[in-house]
Amino acid sequence: MAETPEIEVLWWRECPSWERALELVREEMEAAGLDPGALRATEIETEYDAERTEFPGSPTIRIDGADMQPPGPDEPRGLTCRVYRTRDGRVSPLPDRDDVREALRKASGR
Amino acid sequence: MSDGIAIGEGAPSFELPDVDGSAKSLPNGDAEATVVYWTCNHCPYALAWHDRLLSAARDYVGRGVRFLAINSNDAERYPQDGPEAMRARVDAEGGWPHPYLFDETQEVARAYGAERTPDVFVFDRDLRLRYRGAPDGDYEDDSQDAAWLRDALDSLLEGSEPERAETEPVGCTIKWRG
Repeated sequence: MAETPEIEVLWWRECPSWERALELVREEMEAAGLDPGALRATEIETEYDAERTEFPGSPTIRIDGADMQPPGPDEPRGLTCRVYRTRDGRVSPLPDRDDVREALRKASGR
Repeated sequence: MSDGIAIGEGAPSFELPDVDGSAKSLPNGDAEATVVYWTCNHCPYALAWHDRLLSAARDYVGRGVRFLAINSNDAERYPQDGPEAMRARVDAEGGWPHPYLFDETQEVARAYGAERTPDVFVFDRDLRLRYRGAPDGDYEDDSQDAAWLRDALDSLLEGSEPERAETEPVGCTIKWRG
């Protein structure tokens, strides 16, 4: 039997997308048959926290420690708001819901 | 924290460098209305609203409205918001229809009370603040087309008060120097 993946959202309070990000991930965890209560929400508060966790911006979603959408080499690290691209090409402060769904379903083995 | 201006108050004067090195100031000549908005290179909210703000500028510049975009972020901590990166971005986008000014000391942001990117301030011909807030109600919905900004400008150009004077600016916080 596959182990339950560890899902973590790293977030920074100064990016207003963090609450929606947590909500989005919890919803998609439930849809993927995972326990949304098991979500680990990690607030990044300082530059030290950001450096220690190699934080590429808020929100960052990690599955078993791996970034759901690994940042490019030119993307900054630190206390910043992360830029995502939705599937229709728009710039967004949140990842595309379909990308989150796909990643979580893959991780859950569904 | 910022001090800022309230609806009805005058626009603080400033002179800031544009990406081409020239200085741009406020006040500067007559305009039917003036839009001063805070933006930057790195914030996803500012990027999401960017095309709508430029589109509004293109639509209203010919009607006597002056647009000025300002970036006040700490460029030491956020080098992607530094003057070189600002210039490169404008060049890469084939030019903007209005200046893109760098507020290195952050004094202008503090004088206006700007908080986020984007944060839009609309002034009447006497440079009194008549609208302050978000460009429209949803960064995700391009069809909103900076409607709150456009409504404010349409009202001022018709000689009336904007019905909606203030909304909550939505976006990344301005990155203050430590």
